[in-house]
Amino acid sequence: MNVSMTINGEAVSREVEARTLLVHFIREDLDLTGTKIGCDTSQCGACTIHVNGKIAKACTLLAAQADGADITTIEGLAENGEHHPMQTAFWENHGLQCGYCTPGMIMASAAFVRDNPGASEDDIRHYLEGNICRCTGYHNIVKAVKQVADAAAGGA
Amino acid sequence: MALRSMVGANIKRKEDPGLINGAGKYVGDIKLPGMAHVAFLRSPYAHADILGIDRAAAESRQGVHAVITGADLQDKWETVPVAGGRKARANYSHYAISAERVRHVGEIVAAVIAESAEIAADALDEIVVDYAELPAAADLLTAYAGAAPPIFAGLDSNIVDTGEKKSDDVDAVFENAPHTLRQRMHSQRVAGVPMEVRAVLAAPDAVTGGLTLWTSTQIPHGVRSALAEALRLPENTLRVIAPNVGGGFGVKNQLYPEEMALAKLAQLHNKPMRWSGTRAEHFISTTHGRSQIADVEVAFDDEGRILGLRLHVIGELGAYPPFYDIAHLTGLMATGNYDIPAVHFKASNVFTNTVAVAAYRGAGRPEAIYYIERAIDLVAGELDIDPANVRRRNYIQPDQFPYKTPTGSTYDTGEYEKNLDTALRAADYHTLRTEQAQRRADDAGSLLGIGMATYVEMCGFGPYESGVVRVEPSGTVTVYTGTSPHGQGLQTTFAQVVADEIGADYDDIVVRHGDTSSQPVGVGTFGSRSLAVGGSAIVRASKVVREKAIKIAAHMLEAAPGDIEFADGEYRVKGVPGSSLSLSQIAKRAYSERLPDDIDTGLEGTDFFRPPDFIYPFGTHIAVVEIERETGLISLRDYFSVDDCGPRISPLLVAGQIHGGLAQGIGQALLEQVIYDEQGQLLTGTMMDYTMPRADDFPHFSLDQTVTETTLNPLGAKGIGEAATIGSTPAVVNAVMDALRPLGLRHIDMPLTPRRIWEAMQSA
Ligand code: FES
Ligand code: FES
Repeated sequence: MNVSMTINGEAVSREVEARTLLVHFIREDLDLTGTKIGCDTSQCGACTIHVNGKIAKACTLLAAQADGADITTIEGLAENGEHHPMQTAFWENHGLQCGYCTPGMIMASAAFVRDNPGASEDDIRHYLEGNICRCTGYHNIVKAVKQVADAAAGGA
Repeated sequence: MALRSMVGANIKRKEDPGLINGAGKYVGDIKLPGMAHVAFLRSPYAHADILGIDRAAAESRQGVHAVITGADLQDKWETVPVAGGRKARANYSHYAISAERVRHVGEIVAAVIAESAEIAADALDEIVVDYAELPAAADLLTAYAGAAPPIFAGLDSNIVDTGEKKSDDVDAVFENAPHTLRQRMHSQRVAGVPMEVRAVLAAPDAVTGGLTLWTSTQIPHGVRSALAEALRLPENTLRVIAPNVGGGFGVKNQLYPEEMALAKLAQLHNKPMRWSGTRAEHFISTTHGRSQIADVEVAFDDEGRILGLRLHVIGELGAYPPFYDIAHLTGLMATGNYDIPAVHFKASNVFTNTVAVAAYRGAGRPEAIYYIERAIDLVAGELDIDPANVRRRNYIQPDQFPYKTPTGSTYDTGEYEKNLDTALRAADYHTLRTEQAQRRADDAGSLLGIGMATYVEMCGFGPYESGVVRVEPSGTVTVYTGTSPHGQGLQTTFAQVVADEIGADYDDIVVRHGDTSSQPVGVGTFGSRSLAVGGSAIVRASKVVREKAIKIAAHMLEAAPGDIEFADGEYRVKGVPGSSLSLSQIAKRAYSERLPDDIDTGLEGTDFFRPPDFIYPFGTHIAVVEIERETGLISLRDYFSVDDCGPRISPLLVAGQIHGGLAQGIGQALLEQVIYDEQGQLLTGTMMDYTMPRADDFPHFSLDQTVTETTLNPLGAKGIGEAATIGSTPAVVNAVMDALRPLGLRHIDMPLTPRRIWEAMQSA
């Protein structure tokens, strides 16, 4: 079957099997390998992307379900060659080690802070439950997200 | 960045720009033209004979290139490397695709090669294997007791390896001691669970007739050597690449059957092939950690001085373990930070029909520290002495170093009491105890527990590590290391070291790793060794460069080499500040025709560092927990970690290692457990069943430090990768048991889930 969508501002259209998962479509058909796979059971959040502005775990959707959607992956988060503030904050706060959870973490956190400027540390820890990191103990991830959340509240 | 003294500076990582935008390439992200995909059929039984395999239906599926069984390859390769030398490999191993018998759930029995990963996975369902199931030795204690059949022919029991160390007077000490106590403790089976599941891509190399293998490993050189042997290929025709690796924690520290299989199949079919494991495959096929049961017995006097220790460790090996050393490492650290004169240590290593138990962050040392730190708290409880004071009374004193332990370690340096006091101050310990007394007096609904642990660990494993520092003609610098970082940030740390050692600009340094075709032969990244051993190799290689640069500078400045000094990042005539040369100016000359005859062309150094012995970082952790009486729900209120790893080259990265270590150690204390049933079926085979720590399981971590250098390497640095995992597990368990002490509860085995706590409270 044919699916068409916009990914990182670009229109794409491909033939896929009906059962193709969105995460496989993105990684294998479009070669956008920044979106990761860390589990088979929708726990880890490594595959987190934005679908029509909302976060989604790309391993829980079929490519067909995203027909017509507007999708952003980690590769499309920077604008005009400038890192998204969440990317910068992860870098500045040593919010990543192996980097495998990072694309999903950044995508989830960017959407969260956009919708919840000024979020507290508790809010952030609670929200990040759907994203697993095995390296950082979450400490510096939380710090990075808090920094952006504070800045967003200050600017509002 | 012209900042001098990069060492010790808090700088952003060199690694991150390529990772925060999704550009990082892990094995599963790499595609080669014409690449086929491999899927593995794995045994559903813990112990069974393979009577026959019918692959006709699978093989006739569209898009399937071939279905390969163990019988097809049996004479074409060696068995999988296992611990115990040649005899063990002949008798206690298996082929990467097993041919006759399987000994754990998840063992590979066939491989499908297909056009796509989906087709390969679909075809697995159509392979029919005729198994004859055998009774399984799935439970450690049953297997230890001899109540399960030996898992290998020719064995009398499943206990394959033992070790014992006994002080002459230990039995007399126990007989005459004013007090003794004993406790059985479990350091339960846990899984490393790096977020990147193992994956392998193999491609034939037409030039060498060998192969290139991309694999998610901590030891590319080790994989190359072991693979060469297993596949009977010359080592120099193999190239092993560890690209971005998504975490290791010890479980990517050996040659795996999948690496052998992909290499062999790519070679036979003359085609690149990739296998990207699923998380379910990961849990059943990647080695687990810990899984020890220990009988701990201490003899002590009225003041809490420990007079003697008996420790018998029953360690699980699973099937096909890559090492037997884990329980022996536990023995080497059995006495922890304490001067215990008489010790009896015994290890019994036991085969079971489960996936192998091998290295996991700390490997053997977390277990040792867990036992002794729990024992110290039990002594404190028995005598009603503050646990900090019991520790204080037993510490090895600073003037006793180097200190030989009764089980055979030699601790390099340490200042344990100073470290403890720093932690007590950081936590405001006495105020916490006052709050606790008040709480107890009020009979509050929530119990407050304060727990501490002091740890020491042995790390910086040899036998050597390598480094190359090359100043390019332009003056930029390329560094190659034999270590293989996978999150540790060594590109950053090593660049900091080199910048200071030779006067290079930090921003002009590129650090490369993880490719056997360009790195010097090296060992890898595990056992908290990369900075202490790998960094020291780089210091030595830098010294070669610096000495040569001084020679060239002397020639350029028309001075004697003895009159040239390297200071402030520049090379100059001593006492003549205006005469300085930069590294770039010297590099230009080093590759020019204007060198005198007695100086060779080029400006680079290769060197190795062979550590004379292990190094022993230490620290004190204090955990504060609240337990809801009604539900047994535990929340970690505060956490204080005071770690001493010597001087910190990259303080930001050291803190990151501590945070991650804490999360894993606390995870073992409170959340994580791998469970097999009595048939050897894995019950915790997904992230739905195996509890991974989440962000809201942790409080803000408060970190502090003391600094005690080692004398055993040129950086003075000790390891930090595993330290926090080691300290945190006992600190948290001690805190929980401290909260429950008024109820008369002495010990509960990990993980301390609300259910276990609640049940214990009911029975109290
Ligand atoms: S891959 Fe784990 S949640 Fe999608
Ligand atoms: S940085 Fe490695 S899993 Fe998060």
